[in-house]
Parts: sequence; C-alpha cells; structure tokens
Amino acid sequence: MSVDLSQFIPSFLEESFEGLELMESGLLDLQPGDNETIHSIFRAAHSIKGGAGTFGFDSVTEFTHLVETLLDEMRDGRREITSKDTEILLESVDCMRLLIEAARDEAEYDHEKVAQTSMRLSETLGNEQTASSDSEKETNTSVEESVGSGYHIKFVPEHSLAKTGNDPLFLFSALAELGKLTLSADTQELPALMDIDAQELYLSWNLTLETKVDEAEVIEIFEWVEDECLLELSKIIDSSNVPVTDDEKATVNSEQEIQIEAVEPVEIDASSTEEIASNPTKQTTVEDTSKTANTTAKTKAKAEVGSIRVGVDKVDSLINLVGELVITQSMLSELGNDFDMSKVERLTNGLEQLLQNTKEMQESVMRIRMLPISFAFNRFPRLVHDLAMKTGKAIELVIKGEQTELDKTVMEQIGDPLVHLVRNAADHGIETSEIRLANGKPEKGTISLDAYHQGGNIVIEINDDGAGINRSVVFDKAVEKGLIDANATLTDSQVYDLLFEPGFSTAAEVTDISGRGVGMDVVKRNIQSLGGRIQVDSTLGKGSTFKVNLPLTLAILDGQLVKVGTETYIIPLISIVESLQIDNKLINRVSGNMVLYRLRDDNVPVLPIYQLFDLATECTEIDNALLVVVEADGQKVGLMVDDLLAQQQVVIKSLKDNYQQVAGISGATILGDGSVAMILDIPGMIHMALERAQKAQQVNNTGNGNMTAEVCL
Amino acid sequence: MNIQAMAQDIPVEGEHAIEGVDFITSGDQYLTFLLAQEQYAVDILCVEEIRSWEQPTKIPNAPSYIKGVINMRGIIVPIVDLRLKFGIGEATYSETTVVIVLTYQSEDKSRTIGFVVDAVSDVLNVESADIKPAPAFGGCVGQQYIDGLINSEQKVVTILNVAHLQKVEKHRLHS
Repeated sequence: MSVDLSQFIPSFLEESFEGLELMESGLLDLQPGDNETIHSIFRAAHSIKGGAGTFGFDSVTEFTHLVETLLDEMRDGRREITSKDTEILLESVDCMRLLIEAARDEAEYDHEKVAQTSMRLSETLGNEQTASSDSEKETNTSVEESVGSGYHIKFVPEHSLAKTGNDPLFLFSALAELGKLTLSADTQELPALMDIDAQELYLSWNLTLETKVDEAEVIEIFEWVEDECLLELSKIIDSSNVPVTDDEKATVNSEQEIQIEAVEPVEIDASSTEEIASNPTKQTTVEDTSKTANTTAKTKAKAEVGSIRVGVDKVDSLINLVGELVITQSMLSELGNDFDMSKVERLTNGLEQLLQNTKEMQESVMRIRMLPISFAFNRFPRLVHDLAMKTGKAIELVIKGEQTELDKTVMEQIGDPLVHLVRNAADHGIETSEIRLANGKPEKGTISLDAYHQGGNIVIEINDDGAGINRSVVFDKAVEKGLIDANATLTDSQVYDLLFEPGFSTAAEVTDISGRGVGMDVVKRNIQSLGGRIQVDSTLGKGSTFKVNLPLTLAILDGQLVKVGTETYIIPLISIVESLQIDNKLINRVSGNMVLYRLRDDNVPVLPIYQLFDLATECTEIDNALLVVVEADGQKVGLMVDDLLAQQQVVIKSLKDNYQQVAGISGATILGDGSVAMILDIPGMIHMALERAQKAQQVNNTGNGNMTAEVCL
Repeated sequence: MNIQAMAQDIPVEGEHAIEGVDFITSGDQYLTFLLAQEQYAVDILCVEEIRSWEQPTKIPNAPSYIKGVINMRGIIVPIVDLRLKFGIGEATYSETTVVIVLTYQSEDKSRTIGFVVDAVSDVLNVESADIKPAPAFGGCVGQQYIDGLINSEQKVVTILNVAHLQKVEKHRLHS
C-alpha cells in the first residue's frame, strides 16, 4: 500500500515557506511576555516539522525539532525571551529555509552553517551532549551520503509483526529493487516445533544491500514496521568497512527519546568520523562541486513556475461578472435571431452592457495578478534588523502603504532593486548614533518605505533621515572618473543621476554591505526594463529620498496613438515628455543636415518615423508635422508624426511568438477595429537611429574623406 | 405517432452512403494551391484556416515578402507572400487572393504564419511512395523548401516543407 506522497510535496513546501515567513516576522516583533506571538511561531515550526517528517526530509525534521524545543521552553515560560535567543532563532529560520530549499531541489546545502547553528541552538538549550552528537551526525551523514556503497541491515522484528499485516518478504523484495540484496536468517529464537504459534514470527535477518541510494530511502521501506522491530542500519564504506551506526530513531518525534538515544552514538561516532574523514574527503568535494553546478541550473528552472494565492472575493467577483456576461450574450443572441430596425435601441443597450461587462471583467482579471506590495516589503524588517546589527547603527524601519497592489511580475523583479536601495540607505545614508546626536538628530535613524498609487503608476519611496547626498563629493568623484567635465554646470537632479553611472560609489570605505559601486546602475537598468523610472532627491544633513515609479502591470500599457502615413503606431505614454506643433523658426540644421528642434533650452534631434521605418507618407515636410518629444536613457528625441490620435490603454502582445523581435518595436496590440498596431520601443528606436547615423558617417568617411574633413573644420 | 416506425427511418451506418464525399482515405492528405499557374501542396494537418486577403499592418524594415501582421482572433499572425518569397508570378491582390494560415509544431513551440497564394484548389490523397524527389535543376523555389513532387492527373504538384516555410529568416535593417 503506497500512497504517492510526492504529489503533496509542493503544497508542503509552499506552506513551509509561508510558515517560515510567519516565524520570521513573529520573531522580529517578539516582546517578552508576548505569548500569542510565541504560540504562533511555535505552531509554524511544529507544522513544518510534522510535514517534513511525513515526506522524509529528515534533515529538516531534526533541525526543526531543536528549534521547537527551544520555542517550547519559551512558550511554557521556562525560559526568558532574550534578544540573544531571538537572534539564534532568526538564524535557525534561515537554516530551515536552506534545508527546505535543499530538500525541494534535491540539492546539497551548507552543512557547516546548519551544523553551527544547531550547535548554538543546543548550547542554548543547555544540553552540550546533544549538541555535539547532533552536529557530528550532521557532518557524518554528509560524508556518508556521497560515499556509501551499501548497507548492513539487522532486522529483528517483534514476534507479533505478522499479525499487523506486515510480511517481511514484501520488505525484502522492495529492498531488492534498490540494489543487490543478500540476506541470512537468524533462527536462534525459533522455539521447538510444539511451541510454535503459527501466527508469530520468530526469525530475524541480517541483510547486506549493495546500493547507491541514500539511507532515507532504505529506511522508508521499513516505515510501516519501524515501531515493531529493532532495526540497525550501518553503512558499508568503500572497502574499509567502518561501521557507523546511525540511529534510525532520530526521526521519532518525542523529545525525551531523542536525547536518550543521542547519547549512545556519540562515542561511536567520535571515533569513527576521523577515520572516515581522512579517507574519502577528496572524493566528496569533487562530487559536491559538480552537484552544485547541476543543481543551481535546476533551481532556476524550478523557481520560474509559481503559483499565486488569490483571495476568494476576487474569484467571486470574477464569477459574478462571467455570469453577467453570459446573460448579456444570451440577450444579444436572442435579439439577433429576428432582428429588425425597431429593435435598434435594444441592440445599442445590449452592446453598451457588453462593453461595461468586458471592462469590468478586464479589471477583475488584472486584479488577480495583483498582489499587495507587502509581499515585497516583508523581507525588509529582517534585512534592516540585520543591517543594524552589522553596522552597529540604530535604525528603525517604517513601512507605509503595504496594501498597495502591484502586478506579480513587476513585484518579483522589483524586489532586488529595492533591497539594494534599502541597503544603501542603511549603509551610506544613516549615520552612527554618535554623529546623529552630535548633529542634533534623534539617536535612532529612520528608513521609511512607502508605496502609493499615482495616476496609472505605482510609486515606491525609500526615505532615510541620514546624511543626505553630498553634491560636491558626487561631482568631484564624477570628474575624477572622467564622467563629466570639471567645468560642467549641472542641476541637482543631474548630479544625483550620476549615482547611477556604472562603477560609481561615494562611500569612503567599501563595506561588505555596499559601496563597491556595483549595483546602482543595475538598479536603474532593472527599473527601466520594467518600464519605470527612478528619481533622487536629497538634502544635505537631512536625508535622501529615492522615488521609484513603476507601471501597475506589464500586460497593459497606456499609449498615445499616432498616425504615420497609413500606419498607426503606439507610443508608451510614460516616455512622452510633450507633444507640439513644429514651429518653423525653431528648426535648425546643423553639422551636416542633422535636424535639431529648439525646445526652450534644449536642442532635440528630430527623428522622422517614416524614414526610420521606411514608410511611404505624404507628410515628409518637417514644417507642418507634429513632434512628439520622448525621452529614454536620458536622451530626448522628437518623433515626427503625421497626426495625434486617441490616448488609450492597450494590451501588449508579443511579436516573438509567431515572428521575431523587430528593431524599434516592443510589441503589437489590437485596436478597437480589430486591426493590429505596433507599439514603439523608444530606446530601441534611438539606438537604431544612432546606428544608422554611424553607418552613414562611415560611408561618408571612406567615400569622400576630404569633404568630411572640411565639414568637421 | 409510432416511434418504432420513426426509428426505422433513421439511417443506420453502412446502409446509406453519403454521395459525393470520399471518406476513404489512405496515405496523407495535402491541400493544393496555385501560385501563378503552378500547383503546390502542403500537409493538410498543418492548415489552421484559409482566409481571404486583408491588408495587414506593416512591420517596419521587414523584407518585401513579409507583408505584415494581422489579428487572427487575438493572435498576431505574420503574413508572408509566397509569390514574392519564391519569385513566382505577380503579387496582385484581388477578390480570390487567399491566405493559408499554417501552424507548425516544432520541439518547443508552435508558430502560426499566414501565406498568401493565388488560389486554393483541391485536397489530394497521396501515398508516401508516390512522392518523387524533385530534380535539382534550379527554379526559383529553394531546394530546402521542397519535400518532393507528385503527379496529379496531367499536372505535377510540388509538396512544400512546412517546417522550412515556417522558419523566419533573420532579417537585418537595410539602411
């Protein structure tokens, strides 16, 4: 009778990670005497342990057991809740996450870290013996797992085993499937024929199993009989045959037992580990590295497919809408059956209703993908807590607007950039307590995260009340790095933008938290790839604000429809600076027929779309055309269009599915009349125009060197 | 009303042959179409639908045989004019000009592309033994696009390789 447990593993994992998050946030808020929180942390740990036991993730079970014991003592009031304990527990949560992830990916984990943490846990529990045994067991199994070529199994069933419906023969045939099995029966206990009870089992067995599978799998076969037998499992290690008894009962739940049992193997282990360690370490390391390489790739692939939890209310509203849609549909089809002009009014009403339904449905479906931003913010209390510990600064984190909803894809990709910004704020922004006090600020620094909607966008602000950005330091650094000219006059925002240049860091000291200057450029790039923007504002001595502007979703875009010749294009609204009628007097032709348009103080190069895309259009004259000024990567250009049409939301469809990526086009969409329109990729178009200009110059240079030289002069 | 009698009237399978429709097929079926005066064929299982010509939305800087993209029930489908691609006949667009939409499933994904042809003509049943290799004596159609030739009455039909047709050549910007 085998139920395929593996089908439940994904939900176990999901629950476990949720449990871990709960534990973490609970621990961060934990105050002495707060029983409710302790209870909920304990419950989370307990269900993880239980689940892990069921699925045979023994490393998780063992480790969680220690955590649970400590929590249990806290819960019963036998132990004071100290910040030291909380730290250890937080570390343990990390370890549990490592272990569960390793179990998920069937990968190796950081044995040393887990062993250390479990040692510290056990020390805290005041039980040195368990500590040493446990940590050694941990290292022990790690060595064994990769080396063992088989097992000696001593199987002594209780006499009543057969009565419970278990047949040793089944067990053996299951074992034989794992590898080559040789066994000998021990008939010592067999009574005289007269005394034999036909329903009892008097035999015991010594088995040798040659296999590469790990211990857990072997033990799993005995899962149904483990309470009714004595089972000893020892590894055959290479040819040296050093027996290591690993106590099978380590998985048993009751804590008293584990403490008693654990004492025993300590002595054996202690002597044997060194022997084993000297021999097979080399092999282990080689195998390990190849394994990790393999598994990292696997992990990535696995992480891609995810699930989201959707509130029942959202699903309900969707079902309601579908119901309404069905009603509208049947109403319309009935109307269509025998239609005459007297029913036109009913038709328009019906169509209006359909429009309404579709709109609501669209919104409703989009909402399913929306998650409150607290999913992304959740990790920050812990992060700031750790950063504060590491830097020795007192930092308080204030989170606002956690309920602001954001598309799941955007959320996943904004996490890392946000972490980076918060790290920067903690490391560079907030000063140490002494400096703060000297400057007349409260001792504790504050980092605040705020999320809110603004127009069709979501804005995430990261504020700190630290030192602020020193404009002149940034300026000097940029000059030193050759990014700008020493005489350049820049506005504040231009200076702050320099922070996002690759390889730029103003931290006097490079710490392991931040300051290597890798990152801010990546942060900016990530945000831009999401179609967002980042702005910096800072007051010296008062603090800085990083403002991240993101589109609510990646599937829908606010666009401006424009007409070029016969074609309709869509310009993403977020990249449009302004649209204007070209004034003849402001056109300048410079340096060899490059067309510039004077926009107040700026000179904006004009890109005629019809030239770039090779279209036939009647409006080739620049005089009367309309100019849509767009900005990407800090470069403003004016796109020449024939006409401005409506502004509307468009659903983005990929061209790559059936065709390929097209330069200058980020996708396509279907307009109201059913026709397809291309969505312009502004950075791509600018890139394209630059490339063409370069090519043209090359042709010129090779073709007529003298002429170009004159022009340059 | 006598239900028994009514039941008798219902045709039972096998008794009544439906005239004019040939259900018995052996071998593979191919859809044939015309490019200029020549006959071509594609595997009928790849045919998604046959549409009448509509003006597609242009793709910037695409080669001339890629006419653009259309919206087929929410899917963006590129349109290739086979006459231009193979250089056969003239690319005129009239009432009878049709687009054969083909879907081809490759290892990892499926691709749907529409092909403009002069007219759709017939469905052919072909035994694979009857397919003859095409002689490599040039012609406008590249050898890689041709699976073979079949004789159909007086004419010779070229069977096209859908997998190759579906491959989108990377085109570069021509400045």
